[in-house]
Amino acid sequence: MEIDHSQPLEYSTEQNRLNILGFWIFLGAEIMLFATLFASYFTLVDRTGNGPTGAEIFEITPVLAETFLLLTSSFVIGLGIHAMRLGNKKAMLTFFVITLLLGLGFLGFEITEFITYYHEGATLQTSAFTSMLFTTLGTHGAHVTLGLFWGFFIILQVKKRGLTPETANKSFIFSLYWHFLDIVWIFIFTFIYMKGMT
Amino acid sequence: MGFFSRFLIPNPSPVIYSSMVAIGVTVLLIIVGLTHFKKWFFLWSGWLTTVDHKRIGIMYLISALLMLFRGGVDAVMMRAQLAVPDNKLLDSQHYNEIFSTHGVVMILFMAMPYIMALMNFVVPLQIGARDVAFPRLNAISFWLFFMGAMLFNISFVIGGSPDAGWTSYFPLAGNEFSPHVGTNYYMIGIQIAGIGTLMTGINFLTTILKMRAPGMTLMKMPMFTWSALVTSIIIIFAFPVLTVALIMGTMDRLFATKFFTMTEGGMDMLWANLFWVWGHPEVYILILPAFGLFSEIIPTFSRRNLYGYRSMVASMVFISIYSFFVWTHHFFTMGQAAYVNSIFSITTMVIAIPTGIKIFNWLFTMWKGRIRFTVPMLYSIGFIPLFTIGGVTGVMLAMSAADYQYHNTMFLVAHFHNVIIPGVVFAVLGAGTYYWPKMFGFMLNERIGKWAFWFLTIGFCLAFFPMYITGLDGQARRIYTYSESTGFGPLNMISFIGATLMAISFVLIVYTIYYSIRHAPRDVSDDPWDARSLEWATHNPVPEYNFAIIPQVNSRETFWDAKYKGHELFKGDYEKIHMPNNSGVPFIMSCIFFVFGFALVFSIWFLAIIGLIGIFVCMAHRSFEIDHGHYISVEEIKETEAKFGGVNKWK
Repeated sequence: MEIDHSQPLEYSTEQNRLNILGFWIFLGAEIMLFATLFASYFTLVDRTGNGPTGAEIFEITPVLAETFLLLTSSFVIGLGIHAMRLGNKKAMLTFFVITLLLGLGFLGFEITEFITYYHEGATLQTSAFTSMLFTTLGTHGAHVTLGLFWGFFIILQVKKRGLTPETANKSFIFSLYWHFLDIVWIFIFTFIYMKGMT
Repeated sequence: MGFFSRFLIPNPSPVIYSSMVAIGVTVLLIIVGLTHFKKWFFLWSGWLTTVDHKRIGIMYLISALLMLFRGGVDAVMMRAQLAVPDNKLLDSQHYNEIFSTHGVVMILFMAMPYIMALMNFVVPLQIGARDVAFPRLNAISFWLFFMGAMLFNISFVIGGSPDAGWTSYFPLAGNEFSPHVGTNYYMIGIQIAGIGTLMTGINFLTTILKMRAPGMTLMKMPMFTWSALVTSIIIIFAFPVLTVALIMGTMDRLFATKFFTMTEGGMDMLWANLFWVWGHPEVYILILPAFGLFSEIIPTFSRRNLYGYRSMVASMVFISIYSFFVWTHHFFTMGQAAYVNSIFSITTMVIAIPTGIKIFNWLFTMWKGRIRFTVPMLYSIGFIPLFTIGGVTGVMLAMSAADYQYHNTMFLVAHFHNVIIPGVVFAVLGAGTYYWPKMFGFMLNERIGKWAFWFLTIGFCLAFFPMYITGLDGQARRIYTYSESTGFGPLNMISFIGATLMAISFVLIVYTIYYSIRHAPRDVSDDPWDARSLEWATHNPVPEYNFAIIPQVNSRETFWDAKYKGHELFKGDYEKIHMPNNSGVPFIMSCIFFVFGFALVFSIWFLAIIGLIGIFVCMAHRSFEIDHGHYISVEEIKETEAKFGGVNKWK
């Protein structure tokens, strides 16, 4: 592999540049996926059948906690990539670990939130609205869960192999993914929770 | 219900039992054959683990031909059932299953892979690249498609086929009205294949954007590459919608969610909308590459450059954007406000304009050209008038008020076959013949090929033109029989005769392949058709690395310039070439996907969980794997090139 030293490590080989562009395109497809979920959500949001409405089940406290955790994690992984650019492996790994811990915290809150809904009589099968709510949130949550494993694998690889064009490339792409999930969450927070509570 | 009784066919018939036996015998014969001729290792190392875009393309081609057979048998059975009034050949349930699987198989498992075959084989060669951007991902795409298709196909012997139409509208496709597992197969089989297609879209968009030979700007790309680029973009935007719709449909069936139910707020029309938001762009995913193929074939056999290159590109981009704004025309009669129908009527009719521009461009390309009537050119010339008829009836259907008359009749069936068969099927058959020497190193027999073309074309006209008339007379689609008093009998008999002729043409196509394998001369030149673009500048059959030296592009028809205008295509010396390594993981992972899908279809949860874990283990393996590929040394390249007569013989 030819390494171009005038570029940052994650862009330094041809395959790395292809990977990054390919991943951006993949995120384009992900945008369509979530856009479809949101469009379906807006279609079904008032079709609550005999089940509860959003305003009846949504609670601001856990949602704010989730938002805070995920937004912070997105900031921290930005710091991690900055540390990677400076070649500071130790700082980068620390930031990545913090990112994943924050992500784990987010997931914990989300699972508790789901359990609460379940006890309040809003299950996956209750109504079109609850089916859609759980599917939209669940798709995002599944992405976060997958990201936790993926990020963990990358931490192990950076720790063992150091900052090479390949590990830097993977870390950078993972950060793109993580920022993307954060952006999706902002939409969920605004259009599902905030709009649903008013 | 016992554990095993779920695998039984709900409506068995002797035909299905004999198919079971036939499938069993075929599988057994393949296994015995492979063992007897000691070909297991060859199969594994040469094909199952390959990441070479050319071999993946060939595997797509073989799968597409197999699926063409399957979908074709369904078609002939349908036409046979309808050939005479009050026919008892098939019962209604069996007929429902056959038209459902015919649609899915032909669109998703025949036309799509056929297009993918040609995209895979041709695009990297046309842009002067050594492979696609992500060769490993490309193998995953193929194997996911293949396993999705196989999962869908075994429905017919294990558990029963889907029977809710290829559109699988809810509430019909819900558990209440489709209680057996057929529709589960539909939801999950298409999902698995769809993930593969999405990955192909990402792969080819990256490849075309980043891996073109030096000098090939976007506006110097061959037209088929342009169509592949536009198609990839449509795939990336359309397929996620299908993914979501299928997830929702699967959950409705397996987990009793309420997305598309009639109770608890469910909305059946949401499925129809999501399906067609994907489904209409899907039509253009098929037809745009077909247009691209015609745009390669027509200039070659007219000995003229493509007329109106810029307008060809512009109209394709325009079609791709508009393809997302017409989906409602599939259900004008299902209760939208009149102004909504009017808007979608107009957007639909507008698409006829760029399509018309393309038709005229092809005609002007042929104008004053020296036309050679080869098999690929016959398909292209047949395409133009027949496709235009299909387009005109499309504009008729686009008028929402008039559509109340045509909706769900045989008129519609005639229309979409009239665009898909002369459009997509003619394109892939023509291009299959055109690229055959590049793929396999020998030409297909022209004489038998021409017979096949005429059988197909005449058969097509006989099969589908009568449907326009019976449709206007009120014959509904998807009815399994009709009474004699309707008067539909004679025209349906003509359709059946047409279908038979088309079946004969399929046999002839297979026979051409067989005959040419046996008898065609192998000393075919690298450029047997006197073509114009880069894929013909390399050897026959193409070496692993495609081009020993990356070509220099100067115009839209670099290869033509190299042959006749003294352009130097290959500059510089050989250098060692980096190539990706083969891997068995894509195949293994797709097999696990198959097991996972099968477990979901039958709600065998422990197996589904094991399958899911297996899929994640494969992904984790990929994450930790260190794979730097391998190099082909200069000596090896010299050796290979010497065998083929050197790289710069076009000067």
